[in-house]
Amino acid sequence: MKEREMQRMDRIISEQIRNFIHQNFLFGRGFDLGDSDSFLENSVIDSTGVLELVAFLEETYGITVENEELIPENLDSLENVTAYVSRKVGGAVSVNTMMDLRGQA
Amino acid sequence: MNAIGVSAEVLRIDAPRETERISEAIRDQVFNRLRRKGAVIGVSGGIDSSVVAFLCARALGNDRVQTLFTPEAESSPDSLRLGRMVAERLNVPSVVEEITPILQGARCYQRRDDAVRLVVPEYGEGFKCKIVLPGILDESRYALFSVVVQARNGECKKVRLTPTAYLGILAASNFKQRTRKMVEYYYADLLQYAVAGTPNRLEYELGFFVKNGDGAADFKPIAHLFKSQVYQLADYLGVPDEIRQRPPTTDTYSLGQSQEEFYFTLPLEKMDLCLYGRDRGIPALDLTQATGLTSEQIERVYAGIDAKRRVAMYLHAAPIGMEQGN
Repeated sequence: MKEREMQRMDRIISEQIRNFIHQNFLFGRGFDLGDSDSFLENSVIDSTGVLELVAFLEETYGITVENEELIPENLDSLENVTAYVSRKVGGAVSVNTMMDLRGQA
Repeated sequence: MNAIGVSAEVLRIDAPRETERISEAIRDQVFNRLRRKGAVIGVSGGIDSSVVAFLCARALGNDRVQTLFTPEAESSPDSLRLGRMVAERLNVPSVVEEITPILQGARCYQRRDDAVRLVVPEYGEGFKCKIVLPGILDESRYALFSVVVQARNGECKKVRLTPTAYLGILAASNFKQRTRKMVEYYYADLLQYAVAGTPNRLEYELGFFVKNGDGAADFKPIAHLFKSQVYQLADYLGVPDEIRQRPPTTDTYSLGQSQEEFYFTLPLEKMDLCLYGRDRGIPALDLTQATGLTSEQIERVYAGIDAKRRVAMYLHAAPIGMEQGN
Protein backbone atom coordinates (compact mmCIF):
# COMPACT_ATOMS: atom_id res chain seq x y z
CA MET A 1 0.00 0.00 0.00
CA LYS A 2 1.35 3.42 -0.85
CA GLU A 3 2.60 5.52 2.02
CA ARG A 4 0.09 8.29 1.48
CA GLU A 5 -2.76 5.81 1.45
CA MET A 6 -1.41 4.23 4.65
CA GLN A 7 -1.32 7.60 6.35
CA ARG A 8 -4.87 8.29 5.25
CA MET A 9 -5.97 4.93 6.61
CA ASP A 10 -4.29 5.65 9.95
CA ARG A 11 -6.13 8.95 10.19
CA ILE A 12 -9.47 7.25 9.57
CA ILE A 13 -8.76 4.53 12.12
CA SER A 14 -7.66 7.10 14.67
CA GLU A 15 -10.82 9.13 14.13
CA GLN A 16 -13.04 6.07 14.46
CA ILE A 17 -11.37 5.00 17.69
CA ARG A 18 -11.52 8.52 19.10
CA ASN A 19 -15.25 8.62 18.33
CA PHE A 20 -15.75 5.25 20.00
CA ILE A 21 -13.88 6.35 23.12
CA HIS A 22 -15.79 9.61 23.34
CA GLN A 23 -19.20 8.04 22.80
CA ASN A 24 -18.69 5.07 25.11
CA PHE A 25 -16.46 6.32 27.91
CA LEU A 26 -16.28 10.11 28.02
CA PHE A 27 -19.98 10.94 27.51
CA GLY A 28 -19.26 14.48 26.44
CA ARG A 29 -17.05 15.13 29.50
CA GLY A 30 -14.79 18.04 28.70
CA PHE A 31 -11.73 15.81 28.64
CA ASP A 32 -9.22 16.62 25.95
CA LEU A 33 -7.84 13.21 25.09
CA GLY A 34 -4.37 13.52 23.61
CA ASP A 35 -3.10 10.97 21.11
CA SER A 36 -0.56 9.56 23.55
CA ASP A 37 -2.61 9.86 26.77
CA SER A 38 -2.96 6.58 28.66
CA PHE A 39 -6.56 5.37 28.81
CA LEU A 40 -6.03 3.60 32.10
CA GLU A 41 -3.93 6.21 33.89
CA ASN A 42 -6.40 8.92 32.93
CA SER A 43 -9.33 6.78 34.10
CA VAL A 44 -10.79 6.89 30.62
CA ILE A 45 -11.51 3.16 30.58
CA ASP A 46 -11.42 0.41 33.20
CA SER A 47 -10.97 -3.34 32.79
CA THR A 48 -14.51 -3.79 31.48
CA GLY A 49 -13.78 -0.92 29.12
CA VAL A 50 -10.79 -2.82 27.75
CA LEU A 51 -13.16 -5.72 26.98
CA GLU A 52 -15.44 -3.27 25.16
CA LEU A 53 -12.55 -1.75 23.23
CA VAL A 54 -11.33 -5.18 22.15
CA ALA A 55 -14.84 -6.17 21.03
CA PHE A 56 -15.12 -2.90 19.08
CA LEU A 57 -11.81 -3.50 17.29
CA GLU A 58 -12.67 -7.10 16.45
CA GLU A 59 -16.11 -6.24 15.12
CA THR A 60 -15.18 -3.06 13.28
CA TYR A 61 -11.97 -4.21 11.63
CA GLY A 62 -12.62 -7.93 11.37
CA ILE A 63 -9.47 -8.75 13.33
CA THR A 64 -8.83 -11.16 16.19
CA VAL A 65 -7.03 -9.65 19.15
CA GLU A 66 -4.91 -12.51 20.47
CA ASN A 67 -4.32 -12.92 24.22
CA GLU A 68 -0.63 -12.05 23.86
CA GLU A 69 -1.61 -8.80 22.13
CA LEU A 70 -3.59 -7.55 25.15
CA ILE A 71 -0.84 -5.20 26.26
CA PRO A 72 -0.70 -1.45 26.89
CA GLU A 73 1.69 -1.03 23.96
CA ASN A 74 -1.21 -2.02 21.70
CA LEU A 75 -4.25 -0.73 23.53
CA ASP A 76 -3.55 2.06 26.02
CA SER A 77 -3.71 5.23 23.93
CA LEU A 78 -5.19 6.48 20.70
CA GLU A 79 -1.87 6.32 18.90
CA ASN A 80 -1.07 2.85 20.25
CA VAL A 81 -4.44 1.46 19.20
CA THR A 82 -4.23 3.12 15.81
CA ALA A 83 -0.75 1.72 15.17
CA TYR A 84 -1.83 -1.72 16.36
CA VAL A 85 -4.94 -1.84 14.18
CA SER A 86 -3.00 -0.49 11.26
CA ARG A 87 -0.43 -3.28 11.62
CA LYS A 88 -3.14 -5.90 12.01
CA VAL A 89 -5.18 -4.90 8.98
CA GLY A 90 -2.04 -4.08 6.99
CA GLY A 91 -2.58 -4.19 3.29
CA ALA A 92 -5.70 -6.28 3.63
CA VAL A 93 -8.04 -3.35 3.99
CA SER A 94 -8.20 -0.62 1.43
CA VAL A 95 -8.93 3.00 2.11
CA ASN A 96 -12.24 2.54 0.33
CA THR A 97 -13.18 -0.22 2.76
CA MET A 98 -12.12 1.99 5.63
CA MET A 99 -14.29 4.77 4.26
CA ASP A 100 -17.20 2.33 4.14
CA LEU A 101 -16.54 1.42 7.79
CA ARG A 102 -16.40 5.05 8.81
CA GLY A 103 -20.11 5.43 9.31
CA GLN A 104 -20.24 2.37 11.58
CA ALA A 105 -17.79 3.67 14.15
CA MET B 1 14.36 -8.15 56.45
CA ASN B 2 17.05 -6.02 54.85
CA ALA B 3 17.96 -2.53 56.03
CA ILE B 4 15.42 -0.69 53.89
CA GLY B 5 12.95 -3.48 53.30
CA VAL B 6 9.58 -4.25 54.83
CA SER B 7 8.76 -7.62 56.37
CA ALA B 8 5.44 -9.41 56.80
CA GLU B 9 5.74 -8.55 60.50
CA VAL B 10 4.34 -5.09 59.73
CA LEU B 11 0.93 -6.74 59.57
CA ARG B 12 1.29 -8.40 62.96
CA ILE B 13 -1.42 -7.22 65.40
CA ASP B 14 -1.98 -7.57 69.12
CA ALA B 15 -4.96 -9.91 68.73
CA PRO B 16 -6.35 -9.72 72.30
CA ARG B 17 -6.18 -5.95 72.28
CA GLU B 18 -7.69 -5.66 68.81
CA THR B 19 -10.48 -8.04 69.82
CA GLU B 20 -11.33 -5.86 72.78
CA ARG B 21 -11.21 -2.70 70.69
CA ILE B 22 -13.54 -4.16 68.05
CA SER B 23 -15.89 -5.64 70.65
CA GLU B 24 -16.27 -2.29 72.31
CA ALA B 25 -16.93 -0.63 68.96
CA ILE B 26 -19.56 -3.25 68.03
CA ARG B 27 -21.41 -2.69 71.30
CA ASP B 28 -21.38 1.07 70.77
CA GLN B 29 -22.41 0.83 67.12
CA VAL B 30 -25.21 -1.68 67.56
CA PHE B 31 -26.73 -0.56 70.87
CA ASN B 32 -26.02 3.19 70.93
CA ARG B 33 -25.60 4.44 67.40
CA LEU B 34 -27.92 2.07 65.55
CA ARG B 35 -30.18 1.35 68.54
CA ARG B 36 -30.68 -2.29 67.56
CA LYS B 37 -30.98 -5.25 69.87
CA GLY B 38 -28.43 -7.57 68.32
CA ALA B 39 -26.75 -8.61 65.07
CA VAL B 40 -27.62 -10.79 62.08
CA ILE B 41 -24.65 -12.46 60.42
CA GLY B 42 -24.73 -14.42 57.20
CA VAL B 43 -22.17 -17.14 57.87
CA SER B 44 -20.63 -18.70 54.79
CA GLY B 45 -18.20 -21.07 56.45
CA GLY B 46 -15.35 -18.82 55.35
CA ILE B 47 -12.83 -17.12 57.59
CA ASP B 48 -14.26 -13.58 57.44
CA SER B 49 -17.87 -14.27 58.36
CA SER B 50 -16.73 -16.75 61.01
CA VAL B 51 -14.52 -14.15 62.67
CA VAL B 52 -17.34 -11.59 62.55
CA ALA B 53 -19.70 -14.11 64.19
CA PHE B 54 -17.16 -14.80 66.94
CA LEU B 55 -16.61 -11.06 67.50
CA CYS B 56 -20.34 -10.28 67.63
CA ALA B 57 -21.05 -13.13 70.04
CA ARG B 58 -18.26 -11.86 72.26
CA ALA B 59 -19.38 -8.23 72.04
CA LEU B 60 -23.15 -8.62 72.25
CA GLY B 61 -23.65 -11.98 73.92
CA ASN B 62 -24.61 -15.22 72.23
CA ASP B 63 -28.32 -14.56 72.82
CA ARG B 64 -28.12 -11.40 70.70
CA VAL B 65 -26.63 -12.94 67.58
CA GLN B 66 -28.65 -14.54 64.80
CA THR B 67 -26.59 -16.56 62.34
CA LEU B 68 -27.98 -17.33 58.94
CA PHE B 69 -27.02 -19.89 56.29
CA THR B 70 -28.22 -19.30 52.73
CA PRO B 71 -27.25 -22.26 50.55
CA GLU B 72 -28.35 -22.50 46.92
CA ALA B 73 -28.15 -25.16 44.26
CA GLU B 74 -24.53 -24.39 43.34
CA SER B 75 -23.10 -23.85 46.84
CA SER B 76 -20.39 -26.10 48.14
CA PRO B 77 -21.84 -28.43 50.80
CA ASP B 78 -18.85 -27.41 52.96
CA SER B 79 -20.27 -23.92 53.34
CA LEU B 80 -23.35 -25.06 55.24
CA ARG B 81 -21.45 -27.67 57.24
CA LEU B 82 -18.77 -25.20 58.35
CA GLY B 83 -21.33 -22.46 59.00
CA ARG B 84 -23.17 -24.81 61.34
CA MET B 85 -19.89 -25.61 63.03
CA VAL B 86 -19.49 -21.89 63.87
CA ALA B 87 -23.02 -21.59 65.27
CA GLU B 88 -22.59 -24.71 67.36
CA ARG B 89 -19.22 -23.58 68.70
CA LEU B 90 -20.70 -20.21 69.71
CA ASN B 91 -24.01 -21.65 70.86
CA VAL B 92 -25.93 -18.98 68.95
CA PRO B 93 -29.29 -19.30 67.17
CA SER B 94 -29.06 -20.27 63.51
CA VAL B 95 -31.44 -20.69 60.64
CA VAL B 96 -31.10 -22.18 57.16
CA GLU B 97 -32.75 -20.28 54.33
CA GLU B 98 -32.46 -22.17 51.05
CA ILE B 99 -32.44 -19.41 48.41
CA THR B 100 -32.57 -21.55 45.25
CA PRO B 101 -36.33 -20.96 44.70
CA ILE B 102 -35.84 -17.18 44.95
CA LEU B 103 -32.96 -17.34 42.48
CA GLN B 104 -35.02 -19.49 40.12
CA GLY B 105 -37.86 -16.99 40.39
CA ALA B 106 -35.47 -14.21 39.42
CA ARG B 107 -34.16 -16.44 36.57
CA CYS B 108 -30.64 -16.06 37.94
CA TYR B 109 -29.40 -19.41 36.62
CA GLN B 110 -31.19 -19.08 33.29
CA ARG B 111 -29.90 -15.57 32.64
CA ARG B 112 -26.37 -16.63 33.63
CA ASP B 113 -26.46 -19.69 31.38
CA ASP B 114 -27.82 -17.66 28.45
CA ALA B 115 -24.87 -15.28 28.87
CA VAL B 116 -22.37 -18.18 28.95
CA ARG B 117 -23.91 -19.55 25.74
CA LEU B 118 -22.99 -16.29 23.95
CA VAL B 119 -19.40 -17.53 23.94
CA VAL B 120 -19.87 -21.29 24.51
CA PRO B 121 -23.00 -22.22 22.50
CA GLU B 122 -22.96 -25.88 23.62
CA TYR B 123 -23.20 -24.92 27.33
CA GLY B 124 -26.22 -26.68 28.80
CA GLU B 125 -27.72 -29.01 31.40
CA GLY B 126 -25.10 -30.68 33.58
CA PHE B 127 -22.33 -28.26 32.59
CA LYS B 128 -20.49 -26.21 35.20
CA CYS B 129 -18.75 -22.87 34.89
CA LYS B 130 -16.74 -20.16 36.58
CA ILE B 131 -15.12 -16.94 35.45
CA VAL B 132 -11.42 -16.35 35.97
CA LEU B 133 -8.71 -13.73 35.56
CA PRO B 134 -5.14 -14.53 34.52
CA GLY B 135 -2.45 -14.08 37.19
CA ILE B 136 -1.02 -10.59 37.27
CA LEU B 137 2.57 -11.60 37.94
CA ASP B 138 3.84 -13.21 34.77
CA GLU B 139 3.21 -10.67 32.09
CA SER B 140 2.16 -7.11 31.47
CA ARG B 141 -1.00 -8.20 29.67
CA TYR B 142 -4.36 -6.72 30.56
CA ALA B 143 -6.20 -9.08 32.84
CA LEU B 144 -9.41 -9.86 30.98
CA PHE B 145 -12.04 -12.28 32.24
CA SER B 146 -12.49 -15.71 30.71
CA VAL B 147 -15.14 -18.31 31.39
CA VAL B 148 -14.06 -21.85 32.23
CA VAL B 149 -16.69 -24.39 31.27
CA GLN B 150 -16.72 -28.03 32.32
CA ALA B 151 -18.79 -30.36 30.15
CA ARG B 152 -20.69 -33.39 31.47
CA ASN B 153 -17.75 -35.63 30.59
CA GLY B 154 -15.41 -33.50 32.72
CA GLU B 155 -13.71 -31.86 29.76
CA CYS B 156 -12.81 -28.21 30.44
CA LYS B 157 -12.62 -25.31 28.06
CA LYS B 158 -11.57 -21.71 28.65
CA VAL B 159 -12.88 -18.89 26.47
CA ARG B 160 -12.23 -15.16 26.71
CA LEU B 161 -15.44 -13.27 27.41
CA THR B 162 -17.04 -10.61 25.28
CA PRO B 163 -18.30 -7.58 27.21
CA THR B 164 -21.92 -8.66 26.71
CA ALA B 165 -21.26 -12.17 28.00
CA TYR B 166 -19.13 -10.95 30.91
CA LEU B 167 -21.67 -8.38 32.06
CA GLY B 168 -24.51 -10.89 31.58
CA ILE B 169 -22.81 -13.51 33.76
CA LEU B 170 -21.86 -10.92 36.37
CA ALA B 171 -25.28 -9.27 36.55
CA ALA B 172 -27.07 -12.62 36.87
CA SER B 173 -24.63 -14.01 39.44
CA ASN B 174 -25.05 -10.88 41.57
CA PHE B 175 -28.61 -12.01 42.28
CA LYS B 176 -27.01 -14.45 44.73
CA GLN B 177 -25.35 -11.83 46.93
CA ARG B 178 -28.35 -9.51 46.75
CA THR B 179 -30.77 -12.29 47.64
CA ARG B 180 -28.66 -13.25 50.63
CA LYS B 181 -28.67 -9.66 51.83
CA MET B 182 -32.43 -9.41 51.37
CA VAL B 183 -32.89 -12.47 53.60
CA GLU B 184 -30.46 -11.05 56.19
CA TYR B 185 -32.54 -7.87 56.37
CA TYR B 186 -35.70 -9.94 56.77
CA TYR B 187 -34.25 -11.26 60.02
CA ALA B 188 -32.92 -7.82 60.95
CA ASP B 189 -36.44 -6.40 60.63
CA LEU B 190 -38.00 -9.34 62.42
CA LEU B 191 -35.65 -9.18 65.41
CA GLN B 192 -34.79 -5.45 65.37
CA TYR B 193 -31.18 -6.43 64.83
CA ALA B 194 -28.42 -4.77 62.77
CA VAL B 195 -26.80 -6.57 59.85
CA ALA B 196 -23.09 -7.24 60.24
CA GLY B 197 -21.00 -6.87 57.09
CA THR B 198 -18.10 -9.26 56.70
CA PRO B 199 -15.64 -7.69 54.21
CA ASN B 200 -11.98 -7.50 55.12
CA ARG B 201 -9.78 -4.61 54.04
CA LEU B 202 -8.76 -6.13 50.71
CA GLU B 203 -12.36 -6.71 49.73
CA TYR B 204 -13.58 -3.38 51.04
CA GLU B 205 -10.89 -1.17 49.53
CA LEU B 206 -10.48 -2.99 46.24
CA GLY B 207 -14.18 -3.37 45.55
CA PHE B 208 -14.53 -7.12 45.82
CA PHE B 209 -18.21 -7.02 46.71
CA VAL B 210 -21.60 -6.60 45.10
CA LYS B 211 -23.18 -3.20 45.54
CA ASN B 212 -26.34 -3.61 47.62
CA GLY B 213 -25.38 -7.26 47.97
CA ASP B 214 -22.61 -8.37 50.27
CA GLY B 215 -21.46 -4.74 50.24
CA ALA B 216 -24.58 -3.72 52.19
CA ALA B 217 -24.55 -3.81 55.98
CA ASP B 218 -25.16 -1.67 59.05
CA PHE B 219 -21.67 -2.09 60.45
CA LYS B 220 -18.44 -3.64 59.15
CA PRO B 221 -16.24 -4.70 62.05
CA ILE B 222 -13.30 -6.17 60.10
CA ALA B 223 -13.20 -3.84 57.08
CA HIS B 224 -10.02 -2.24 58.47
CA LEU B 225 -8.13 -5.56 58.76
CA PHE B 226 -5.86 -7.10 56.16
CA LYS B 227 -6.61 -10.75 55.38
CA SER B 228 -3.60 -11.97 57.33
CA GLN B 229 -4.81 -9.97 60.33
CA VAL B 230 -8.23 -11.64 60.09
CA TYR B 231 -6.39 -14.98 60.35
CA GLN B 232 -4.56 -13.74 63.44
CA LEU B 233 -7.86 -12.84 65.09
CA ALA B 234 -9.34 -16.19 64.03
CA ASP B 235 -6.47 -17.94 65.73
CA TYR B 236 -6.94 -15.95 68.93
CA LEU B 237 -10.74 -16.29 68.94
CA GLY B 238 -10.61 -20.05 68.47
CA VAL B 239 -12.29 -20.27 65.06
CA PRO B 240 -12.29 -23.98 64.12
CA ASP B 241 -9.14 -25.22 62.38
CA GLU B 242 -10.97 -26.47 59.33
CA ILE B 243 -12.29 -22.98 58.62
CA ARG B 244 -8.87 -21.41 59.14
CA GLN B 245 -7.33 -23.92 56.73
CA ARG B 246 -9.99 -23.52 54.02
CA PRO B 247 -8.79 -21.61 50.93
CA PRO B 248 -10.88 -18.45 50.41
CA THR B 249 -13.57 -19.15 47.84
CA THR B 250 -16.27 -17.08 46.18
CA ASP B 251 -18.75 -20.00 46.35
CA THR B 252 -20.71 -18.25 43.63
CA TYR B 253 -20.13 -20.40 40.55
CA SER B 254 -20.87 -24.06 39.93
CA LEU B 255 -17.17 -24.83 39.42
CA GLY B 256 -14.95 -24.24 42.46
CA GLN B 257 -13.39 -20.81 42.27
CA SER B 258 -10.74 -19.20 44.44
CA GLN B 259 -10.83 -15.48 45.24
CA GLU B 260 -7.36 -15.26 43.76
CA GLU B 261 -8.40 -16.41 40.30
CA PHE B 262 -11.63 -14.42 40.35
CA TYR B 263 -10.41 -11.08 41.57
CA PHE B 264 -7.14 -10.56 43.37
CA THR B 265 -4.89 -12.32 40.83
CA LEU B 266 -2.19 -13.18 43.36
CA PRO B 267 -2.06 -14.95 46.73
CA LEU B 268 -3.85 -12.95 49.41
CA GLU B 269 -0.89 -12.72 51.80
CA LYS B 270 1.12 -11.08 49.01
CA MET B 271 -1.79 -8.82 48.10
CA ASP B 272 -1.97 -7.76 51.78
CA LEU B 273 1.63 -6.58 51.68
CA CYS B 274 1.23 -4.88 48.32
CA LEU B 275 -1.85 -2.96 49.51
CA TYR B 276 0.02 -2.01 52.67
CA GLY B 277 2.95 -0.82 50.56
CA ARG B 278 0.78 1.08 48.10
CA ASP B 279 -1.08 2.90 50.89
CA ARG B 280 2.15 4.00 52.51
CA GLY B 281 4.00 4.92 49.36
CA ILE B 282 6.60 2.20 49.90
CA PRO B 283 8.84 1.76 46.83
CA ALA B 284 8.37 -1.58 45.10
CA LEU B 285 11.99 -2.49 45.71
CA ASP B 286 11.44 -2.44 49.48
CA LEU B 287 8.71 -5.05 49.24
CA THR B 288 10.58 -7.59 47.14
CA GLN B 289 11.99 -9.58 50.03
CA ALA B 290 8.76 -9.84 52.00
CA THR B 291 6.63 -10.76 49.01
CA GLY B 292 9.09 -12.81 46.98
CA LEU B 293 8.06 -10.76 43.96
CA THR B 294 10.25 -8.69 41.65
CA SER B 295 10.03 -4.89 41.60
CA GLU B 296 8.46 -5.08 38.17
CA GLN B 297 5.77 -7.46 39.42
CA ILE B 298 5.05 -5.26 42.41
CA GLU B 299 4.70 -2.23 40.15
CA ARG B 300 2.12 -4.18 38.14
CA VAL B 301 0.26 -5.07 41.33
CA TYR B 302 0.35 -1.40 42.41
CA ALA B 303 -1.16 -0.40 39.04
CA GLY B 304 -3.81 -3.09 39.50
CA ILE B 305 -4.65 -1.76 42.96
CA ASP B 306 -5.11 1.74 41.52
CA ALA B 307 -7.36 0.39 38.77
CA LYS B 308 -9.49 -1.61 41.22
CA ARG B 309 -9.87 1.43 43.47
CA ARG B 310 -11.17 3.45 40.55
CA VAL B 311 -13.84 0.81 39.90
CA ALA B 312 -14.60 0.61 43.65
CA MET B 313 -15.51 4.30 43.77
CA TYR B 314 -18.87 3.57 42.17
CA LEU B 315 -19.43 0.57 44.43
CA HIS B 316 -18.86 2.69 47.55
CA ALA B 317 -20.84 5.70 46.33
CA ALA B 318 -24.02 6.49 48.27
CA PRO B 319 -27.08 7.60 46.29
CA ILE B 320 -26.67 11.19 45.15
CA GLY B 321 -29.46 13.66 45.78
CA MET B 322 -30.04 17.05 44.18
CA GLU B 323 -28.95 19.05 47.20
CA GLN B 324 -25.72 17.30 48.10
CA GLY B 325 -23.32 19.45 46.13
CA ASN B 326 -21.22 18.19 43.24
